[in-house]
Amino acid sequence: MLRAASLAKRFGGVRAVHDVTLEIAAGAVHSIIGPNGAGKTTLLNLLSGIERPDLGEIHFDGAALTGEPPHRFAAAGIGRTFQNLQIFFNMSALENVMAGAWLHQACGLAAALLRPPGLARAEQRAREEAQVLLEFVGLARWTHAASDAMPYGALKRLEIARALAARPRLLLLDEPAAGLNPTEARELDGLIRRIAARGVTVVLVEHNMKLVMELSQRVLVLHEGRKLAEGEPRQVSADPAVLEAYLGAEHA
Amino acid sequence: MALPNNYTYEVAILVGLNAVVCVGLNLLVGYAGQISLGHAGFFGLGAYGSGILAARYGWPPALSLPAAVAGVAVLAWLVGRPILRLRGHYLAMATLGLGIIVSQVLATEDRITGGPDGMAVPAFFFTGEKAWYWVIATLLVLTVWLAQNLIDSPRGRALRALHGAETAAAAAGIDAARHKLAAFVLSAALAALAGALTAHYSGFITPSKASFLHSIELVTMVVFGGMASTFGAVVGAAVLTTLPQLLAGFKDYELVALGALMMLTMIFMPRGLVPTLESAFHAARRKPR
Repeated sequence: MLRAASLAKRFGGVRAVHDVTLEIAAGAVHSIIGPNGAGKTTLLNLLSGIERPDLGEIHFDGAALTGEPPHRFAAAGIGRTFQNLQIFFNMSALENVMAGAWLHQACGLAAALLRPPGLARAEQRAREEAQVLLEFVGLARWTHAASDAMPYGALKRLEIARALAARPRLLLLDEPAAGLNPTEARELDGLIRRIAARGVTVVLVEHNMKLVMELSQRVLVLHEGRKLAEGEPRQVSADPAVLEAYLGAEHA
Repeated sequence: MALPNNYTYEVAILVGLNAVVCVGLNLLVGYAGQISLGHAGFFGLGAYGSGILAARYGWPPALSLPAAVAGVAVLAWLVGRPILRLRGHYLAMATLGLGIIVSQVLATEDRITGGPDGMAVPAFFFTGEKAWYWVIATLLVLTVWLAQNLIDSPRGRALRALHGAETAAAAAGIDAARHKLAAFVLSAALAALAGALTAHYSGFITPSKASFLHSIELVTMVVFGGMASTFGAVVGAAVLTTLPQLLAGFKDYELVALGALMMLTMIFMPRGLVPTLESAFHAARRKPR
């Protein structure tokens, strides 16, 4: 589904990502883990077009996306959420999700200005679809809330609903469990399973090892911008190189 | 609404024309989150464009006016396209430069523009304060209706989204540059339309209408009335157009007053007059007595 070859990204003198090759197969939950500063978020930014790689290539379902702007990645079917919330705080929860569905409701300037009956009907459908998504992530009671009045845990789920509104085939989740309490983290586990059950391929960047080990079919370990290990969760967690990177040499 | 005398009609027409510019400018400033410091330049180009075509080349105003508006839209597109690909407030700098160039050219090219003294412009097929009043009133209602439609449409959501969080908007497939450009071109075209109408209405134009001061006046109207509020833009235009008429004796202090108003707005009601009043009204209603 997604193929990235020899990706590299530098910030000044820092090699954030260095020579990472990865392949993501359709229909599974893949996790990217690694210590702080390992380059996980940078890798996700490369895979969603937010950052342009210095070197390397990205193909999605056979189409070359290297160097394209982020909105083209989205149009190709790659959605994402953000570690540091990127909510449209000037809108309600419902409007956030509706804005996320832009790719499926794009209208011309003339139609937007004149509001023909067809557009009004499409808007009603868009509103209903957004409501369904808010229910799906468990935010039905926040539908008409101003997003800047919502608690942190709800905003994390709003990001997921907004990303799903674009109907992505590949969804990149950047630390969705960060800052959540154990109950919320368990609910998130269920939510990600339900997303995967809809046929969306999920890439999870996460520090919560319980979540990663329970959910993922494949795990990729990053360390200092390089790929350290890759495989099934059990296989990776027993890898001496991984233990050394996480816990220090004496535990290996 | 019937108004008592010609002077009142004249002020109302001025308010309407400025309100049309401000509703357009608000789409850019309040919704797309971009600032233009040269909208008076577009206003002036619309005024002189239509005026020159009509006065020097004998075009009927019904043709010269749309031609001038289309010309300004093309210019705005050419200027905005490369600049709006960049993130940040580069548009403010570019429009500041453009506005200054326009007002300089209008003042110095006196063989075509009449120079600093201005030039006479042929009248429209209708004349009289009352006819103009109804035409401008209709235009304003139409502009407000179109702007409200746009804001409530998927495109309006896309605009607000990229203003709220540009990276997330891009990740939702929204091409930020394209939407900012559309808002910019639309707002420039509305300024040109109002400029051309002003020229034919008053029958005379001077370069002062294209000046940097007028650009600042327009931005102040939008900020004072309330950013991201179409009715705020109309109220801002109304207040800032009528006040100087009432305080004609203080003409020399206009710039000082404008600066002070901008500062006080930012300190005491940064969201502007109409949004501030709206939330005060809602809060008062919700409070149990």
